[in-house]
Amino acid sequence: MSELEKNPEAAAEELPPEALEDPLYFDPEPKEGASAHIRSFPAAPEFMEPLGYPGERPENWKEVALNKMKDLRGKFRSFRLFLDICVKCGACTDKCHYYMGTADPRNMPVGRQDLLRSVYRRYFTLPGKWFPSLVGARDLTEEVLDEWYTYYFQCSECRRCSVYCPYGIDTAEITMAAREILDSVGYGMKYTNEIITKVFKVGNNLGLPKPALESTLEDLEEEIEDDTGVKVRLPLDEPADILLVTPSADFFAEPHIDGLIGYAKVFHATGAKWTLSSYASEAANFAMFIGSYENMRRIALRIRKAAIDLGVKRIIIGECGHAWRAAYQFLNTLAGPFDFLDPNYPVPQHICEYTWDAIQKGQLKFDKSQNDWIKLTFHDSCNVARASRMGDYPGGQFDIPRNILKAVCNHYYDMPEGTIKEETLCCGGGGGLLTDDLMELRKKGGSPRMKALKQVAEEYGVNKMAAICAICKTQFSKIMPEFGFGMDDIMSVHQLVSNAIILPGSEQEKELMEQEEKEEAADAAE
Amino acid sequence: MLTTLFALLYYVAFAIFVGGVAYRIWEYWNTPKPANIPTTPAPTTRLGVAWRMFKEVLFFESLWKGNKWIWIFAQLFHASLWLIIIRHARYFLDPVPTIVVLAQPFGKYAGLTFVLGALGLLARRMFVPRVRYISAPSDYLMLLLFIGIGFSGLMMTFVNHTDIVAVKAFFLGLMTFNWQPLPSTLPLLVHLGLVAIWMIIFPFSKLLHAPGIFFSPTRNMPDNPREKFQPVPWLPPVDQVEYDPPHGS
Repeated sequence: MSELEKNPEAAAEELPPEALEDPLYFDPEPKEGASAHIRSFPAAPEFMEPLGYPGERPENWKEVALNKMKDLRGKFRSFRLFLDICVKCGACTDKCHYYMGTADPRNMPVGRQDLLRSVYRRYFTLPGKWFPSLVGARDLTEEVLDEWYTYYFQCSECRRCSVYCPYGIDTAEITMAAREILDSVGYGMKYTNEIITKVFKVGNNLGLPKPALESTLEDLEEEIEDDTGVKVRLPLDEPADILLVTPSADFFAEPHIDGLIGYAKVFHATGAKWTLSSYASEAANFAMFIGSYENMRRIALRIRKAAIDLGVKRIIIGECGHAWRAAYQFLNTLAGPFDFLDPNYPVPQHICEYTWDAIQKGQLKFDKSQNDWIKLTFHDSCNVARASRMGDYPGGQFDIPRNILKAVCNHYYDMPEGTIKEETLCCGGGGGLLTDDLMELRKKGGSPRMKALKQVAEEYGVNKMAAICAICKTQFSKIMPEFGFGMDDIMSVHQLVSNAIILPGSEQEKELMEQEEKEEAADAAE
Repeated sequence: MLTTLFALLYYVAFAIFVGGVAYRIWEYWNTPKPANIPTTPAPTTRLGVAWRMFKEVLFFESLWKGNKWIWIFAQLFHASLWLIIIRHARYFLDPVPTIVVLAQPFGKYAGLTFVLGALGLLARRMFVPRVRYISAPSDYLMLLLFIGIGFSGLMMTFVNHTDIVAVKAFFLGLMTFNWQPLPSTLPLLVHLGLVAIWMIIFPFSKLLHAPGIFFSPTRNMPDNPREKFQPVPWLPPVDQVEYDPPHGS
């Protein structure tokens, strides 16, 4: 147990005042081992073997691990190059939200990389073979393996460090490789690997089979009809033009499900023929988190097969950060080419690209006053910000969600510079860390974002934060109460769209028309 | 004796430097980039990438975002190094090109800013706890090596002049395999000895960042995964794969 846990108040008193206010505050004195006790549960054999990994640690694990390292070094230029060229300048050392939150130097990006780089140097470089202590090289031992497991599952692969590195070294690439090496010796993580197993067996992370999906979607259709008087469909496995692939949390969790209602309303208002698929009922791809291209491809191929089977022309991805990265940077690469789809649209497209396009074409009508009780800010999700794009120009991934929010909400405020857009702070639960066994880490890693939110809450009275990521939404609804916010202060972007949208023929449209007539009459009377 | 020793040292050092760096570049070149992973927002065209790399290599754009102090010392160090390298071309080229002549007055003082930059980086390494934590002995030695090279060079420029005509004759002689005697003054021998060490360790150390940055996938890839199909080289093509069977409902 760390000092902080034993006596949190005493520890808090020692911190300077800015530590509680400045979102980018970091402890200038690293505290070695401060987060060494935070360890996720390792995976049982039943969640290793379906992914092609050994269930138990093999006798010759060291040889296997080093062979894997050699294999990855030949397959990934990023891995080989990044291990070679770091000059230890220190620019990244204060940039990781887990370092800001824990002060553990192994959570400094370079500190995390060095856990593996030290072993790489020992076995793969001349100086490391000849003068290990001179260049910080060390043998691969069981302790080192445990250390890898601990700290490579304290990285959310958010790429914030890579923004500031003079060589663009991306710790996410090292973390992915390390996790792949750990998996190859039967040392996988329960949360990520159990979820991937569920996708293989049932089709989605939550393990919702088709009947459960069907009844959920029917319930949502009823709910929308009760609310608007309009019959909005949420089709499943129907022939259509558009295949929507969305994180399965959208079928189940709050506020995700309100986002799904928002997509359905947008599709309805634009007259689109769309469908969900029970086979590809998951946009998330947790195989990306563990750096396994083989498993990542297996999941990506589901989307390809669903698109072929349903005869669609376009693929659209729902609100999810890493899923958008998996789709944007990897879908075409792993499961393409998609030459059977309509070439007039990019493959894949983000739901925000679709909605913003419809707004620009004037296809959607909004009553922004429905969101007048909200003072809103937007959390840029790490994978959307630093590993993808929306629209046709760099940075569209920042503008398009904000454009949508400003089109449906009158009061919008950005969080401080240095915490948004390409410099955005991770929610603290990304990269496969969204599990209860890592709750302490999630709170600490989320604290910089929470401090940034607190600033705009105090300055502008911001009371809601929107996000386009299923992991961010779940993470925030869990940690926000710890920081003095409500668990429902995190919203889906399409939830705000859903609040404000006026569907043709709806109760809201009637009300609005009556109101407008009244106003006109009043104007005429004057 | 001394001339022979340094002549052989420089042949070996030069061979290791050129051969080693070429081998590394060959290695990086031939290692696949299986996915399109630029750190975004990133340019979408090759021309845009060239501009991004230009800003990165000459002006350390990312480092500027990251840490102003490191940026200042690193710029002092590297900009000075450019000038110094250009100035030193006069010892290997005959006749001396105009640009080298023009760089001469600046190049002389660049030695001072070079050492100053290295000292700044060394101070950070010693006194900033985070940077101290990530520093191995080799990281300090590397900076001390540069400071040694710079200091011995400054000694010759400003304090104890060397017979540079003879030095030039020595290097031109090396290149034409017609060895000329090397002046045996201490600062010169230290200077040349350290430079040879620098050349020898270059291909085995973090000095590889210099050629390496040009190969960094997060910086040198245009952001175009949707526009351009770039398959993973070691995975079978998509028409040869098996899909997971449908789930019983």
